[in-house]
Amino acid sequence: MSGEYDVAVVGGGLLGSAIAWGLGRLGKKVAVLDEGDITKRASRANFALVWVQSKGLGMPAYTVWTVRAAEAWSRLASELKQQTGLDVCLQQNGGFHLTLGEEEFGQRSELVRRMHNQVGAADYKMEMLSASEVKKSLPLIGPEVSGGSYCPLDGHVNSLRTFRAFHTGFKAFGIDYLPERPVSAISRSGGEFRLTTPKGELRAARIVLAAGNANQALAPMVGLFAPMGPTRGQIVVTERTMPFLPHPLTTIRQTDEGTVMIGDSKEDELDDRALKHSISAVMTDRAQRMFPHLSRLNVVRSWAGIRVMPQDGFPIYDQSETHPGAFVACCHSGVTLASNHAFEVARMVAQGALEPELVGAFSASRFGGAGAANNSGY
Amino acid sequence: MFRRSEHDQRPPVQIFVDGVAVAARQGDTVSAALLASDVDARRSTAVSGAPRLPYCMMGVCFDCLVTIDGVGNRQGCLVPVADGMQVEIQKGKREIGK
Amino acid sequence: MTLAPKREDYDVVVIGAGPAGLAAAATAAEAGLSTLLLDENMGPGGQVFRAISSTPVTDRNQLGADYWVGADLVQVLRASSAEVIHRATVWSLDRNLEIAASIGGASAFVKANRVIIASGALERPFPIAGWTLPGVMTAGAAQTMLKSSALVPNGRTVIAGQGPLLWLLAAQILRLGGRIDRILDTTERGNYLAALPHAFAFLTSPYFAKGLAMMREVKAKVQVVSGVTELSASGDGQLASVSYVAGRRRETVPADLLLLHQGVVPNVNLAMAAGVEHRWDDLQLCWSPVLDANGNSSVAGIAIAGDGAGIGGANAAVVRGRIAARAAVEALAPASAAKLVPMAQLRTDLAKAERGRVFLDTLFRPARQFRIPSGDTVVCRCEEVTAKDILDAVAIGATGPNQLKAYRRTGMGPCQGRLCGLTVTELMAQARGKTPQEIGYYRLRAPVKPITLAELAAVPKTEADVKAVVRG
Repeated sequence: MSGEYDVAVVGGGLLGSAIAWGLGRLGKKVAVLDEGDITKRASRANFALVWVQSKGLGMPAYTVWTVRAAEAWSRLASELKQQTGLDVCLQQNGGFHLTLGEEEFGQRSELVRRMHNQVGAADYKMEMLSASEVKKSLPLIGPEVSGGSYCPLDGHVNSLRTFRAFHTGFKAFGIDYLPERPVSAISRSGGEFRLTTPKGELRAARIVLAAGNANQALAPMVGLFAPMGPTRGQIVVTERTMPFLPHPLTTIRQTDEGTVMIGDSKEDELDDRALKHSISAVMTDRAQRMFPHLSRLNVVRSWAGIRVMPQDGFPIYDQSETHPGAFVACCHSGVTLASNHAFEVARMVAQGALEPELVGAFSASRFGGAGAANNSGY
Repeated sequence: MFRRSEHDQRPPVQIFVDGVAVAARQGDTVSAALLASDVDARRSTAVSGAPRLPYCMMGVCFDCLVTIDGVGNRQGCLVPVADGMQVEIQKGKREIGK
Repeated sequence: MTLAPKREDYDVVVIGAGPAGLAAAATAAEAGLSTLLLDENMGPGGQVFRAISSTPVTDRNQLGADYWVGADLVQVLRASSAEVIHRATVWSLDRNLEIAASIGGASAFVKANRVIIASGALERPFPIAGWTLPGVMTAGAAQTMLKSSALVPNGRTVIAGQGPLLWLLAAQILRLGGRIDRILDTTERGNYLAALPHAFAFLTSPYFAKGLAMMREVKAKVQVVSGVTELSASGDGQLASVSYVAGRRRETVPADLLLLHQGVVPNVNLAMAAGVEHRWDDLQLCWSPVLDANGNSSVAGIAIAGDGAGIGGANAAVVRGRIAARAAVEALAPASAAKLVPMAQLRTDLAKAERGRVFLDTLFRPARQFRIPSGDTVVCRCEEVTAKDILDAVAIGATGPNQLKAYRRTGMGPCQGRLCGLTVTELMAQARGKTPQEIGYYRLRAPVKPITLAELAAVPKTEADVKAVVRG
């Protein structure tokens, strides 16, 4: 090995942190280069689901990858707990997607049918439930709920605490977290990478690009390709209330702290400072139709975040042919896939090569040219 | 903790705090009425259950949160008292349906 | 009684009915502009003139002549054509000058050609050990109760801190027959020397004689301890005692009520959420909006007047309100500006009102140990985050207030950072060896005050909005 570090991970969000933590766990000397306080950070704007249902329509390998991540999450949670003492509050007792009215119920049923046709019913237990069946698990649903889909593999986690746990773990693993160092250039010479930052150059034998949507600009510096198609999402959160929601939903979850998060829109705008109240209105209106008692709660915050989103919605994991030792990783579901990133992707980077049988389907070579949109990447 | 001035000529208003009648005056906020009474008006926080009383009395600190007429987490320092108003001291997180 | 705005569009919308807002709305209306004044409180006055139209304290000497100035401002406003709505909480203001206000549990939406934010100030956080205990309040809180409900402390009462408001409050409590056991003055000894070069302006300002008389009035009746360098409150679920160090002596006094005050700072939440650029003010130790001489902010059409524009006191607030309103008139209806007090005169008035301010800012600059706590002292009251928690987060990589939210939830509770924001900025700046300006502040967004979910759900929506949310 040459360079100051075995691996430099570019990006200190959940994805980069998971990979870095996983590398540190394997004894690698790792640096994490991150931006500062104000930047587009999906890691602090996300909805914190560990989610399986509906993932992978159009790409069966993504479903398999997601199921694997969901199954490995409890191991990640317990390793983080053991190392840092932090409980990330993983809850995987199944999740719902509720529908309002018959038309939505019909559409969701069709999606469930297509998912089943694609991957078979083998390890994928997503099913449609009637309103009365839903009510057994979620007794506070309102009369407009027509039913919904349910998947026993779904869950959620405290994603901010997960982020903190990774960063706390960095210390124990001797990982250098280096914020306020956006990378502006990367070159490779003498068998090592040189990364240019405002605070000087950093050298590493290998690099992992984990900078979210910024990967699109970074990847070509090392002969990689990461076509991104970010979208904006808004989230609304209420004050803390007594527990009422024993399962997470695609658009509503009650955090371990007691707040209720309501999401999430998908807009083409990319300004994360502006908010559209009319969008929040649609989300909250749907939430109160699903759970009428929510209408009285106070909304304490709302925000917009920019999704990290590869152009076709599916993850990109790739390694450079022209710059051996350079890897790229970007995906939308950084929370759900955190376990895979910490265990599998980190292991493969440490080994020096991605395993085609595990992540071959996620090579950016699939794009050929422009990416196809509108698949069910998440 | 606080007492009323003998020159206060405002008409009386009766509110109920956890069912107990409390004398207030027209123009009092709920928080002022509570602090002028003998009631133990300490709420407990939603985070740790720590006891709190109003801190700023101007609508910014949210330590005056109280259930008013069945609606939880209202800022007592911004709501004027009204005859017959039912006030509940809130313990912990807001309850479902309140 | 729930009033909705009469129109959807106004020439000028003024937010806040304190000294600046009252003056601004009256000025704009006097020039014939359609003017709406939205205010969160039950009546006009803001904090300084709180309950000016309803106070049960009718003996004018008790609250003092400076208070009753507010009655004249209200009278002028009421005689004008300005529309005034109280108990209206503005929860959103954006760059398009669209305003959402919560009135009686429902939102009203209005659009303005000009917005004058006059949301004033709030008391600087005073994060000492035990400041979350029941029985510890701000001096301003006690003054609010005194003005609006004629309530005075009747238990063992300690007032601690510094600044003009503290002495005014003490005098008012005593005049109404309330109880004060001790005043702990935390003004740093070195401040007197630092303020000396600015003393001449102060000596010739109206504050000087009044301030001196008030301090004399209070000191004749209450034991005042000066040079207090340490302060803490303790008790089991309720304040029991206050400990302090003055000189080299540590003393503990039993107390039922501790009133804290170390000056006021701009209430920045609405302006920041609207995107107005703010800078750290090294003298006043707070964030202040970047404004031109007329109060115009970095967002076109939004002006800020009063203490929200930087602390200047009530007299300056009134003049700044008039200046901002006059500037709006000059922009929207130049011909009508002739009716108003000329701008040159207003500038002279402002200079007069601001006389002595630097002296006060320097003299009452709060000591570091009362701004930047350590150890188990709570910084974020809502999420109950301590100074040590924050330093731990800095140690694992938190660079600023927004990353800190991710690590520790600071500022994520209902007060939206109002009670912790300045402390967080200064604490992180100290820990990281950076300036507060470099550390920055929370990114604030609407709703700047909580509103019910039903209220948000009732905001008008389009087909496109529905499409952006509802997907298979």
